[in-house]
Amino acid sequence: MSPMTKSELIERLASKQTHLMQKDVELAVKLVLDQISMALAKDDRVEIRGFGSFALHHRPARVGRNPKTGEPVEIPPKRVPHFKPGKEMRERVNANAQAEAEAAAAAAKAAQAAADGQG
Amino acid sequence: MALTKAELADALFDELGLNKREAKEFVDLFFEEIRERLEGGEEVKLSGFGNFELRSKNQRPGRNPKTGEEIPISARRVVTFRPGQKLRLRVEFDATRR
Repeated sequence: MSPMTKSELIERLASKQTHLMQKDVELAVKLVLDQISMALAKDDRVEIRGFGSFALHHRPARVGRNPKTGEPVEIPPKRVPHFKPGKEMRERVNANAQAEAEAAAAAAKAAQAAADGQG
Repeated sequence: MALTKAELADALFDELGLNKREAKEFVDLFFEEIRERLEGGEEVKLSGFGNFELRSKNQRPGRNPKTGEEIPISARRVVTFRPGQKLRLRVEFDATRR
């Protein structure tokens, strides 16, 4: 299925509520994403109940190698954003996947039965 | 200190002038919309921030860590987040070490 982009998210949010104009929704979406990014840049955690949490993972400095010359290169410590889905998110995303898998299995079984009936 | 929905609503109030109720509603709606898309099997790509992606995991053998009993871990769909280039660059270096 096609992914939802930021502009689609803005359109959807604008259509789902009445007090904000599309332009304000756009600013609000940018502000929320910017607040999350800023919190992470300060190494603060972001905790959204039922959705998930964002936090930085710290990667220590290490010695790597230049793949062309084989020379050792010092790689500085890095911080990377990490997202951990919350309980409700995990359950909802998975519940639907289970239902889809069962439907697909049932359809395959029915097709097989029909094929056997013909054969 | 952790950033939560309450602080996000405060920022919408302070910086965009939404009233408190609108701000709270907006924050709830924002996360619910993303969650609904993922629940429906669609990925969400937010440029400059990152992509919420879905991965299907096959059933694999597991074990109850307490009893040692073997229990298969059922096939499941999980959400992963791939931070975008802009977000990665923004957080990459530890400011306290520079």
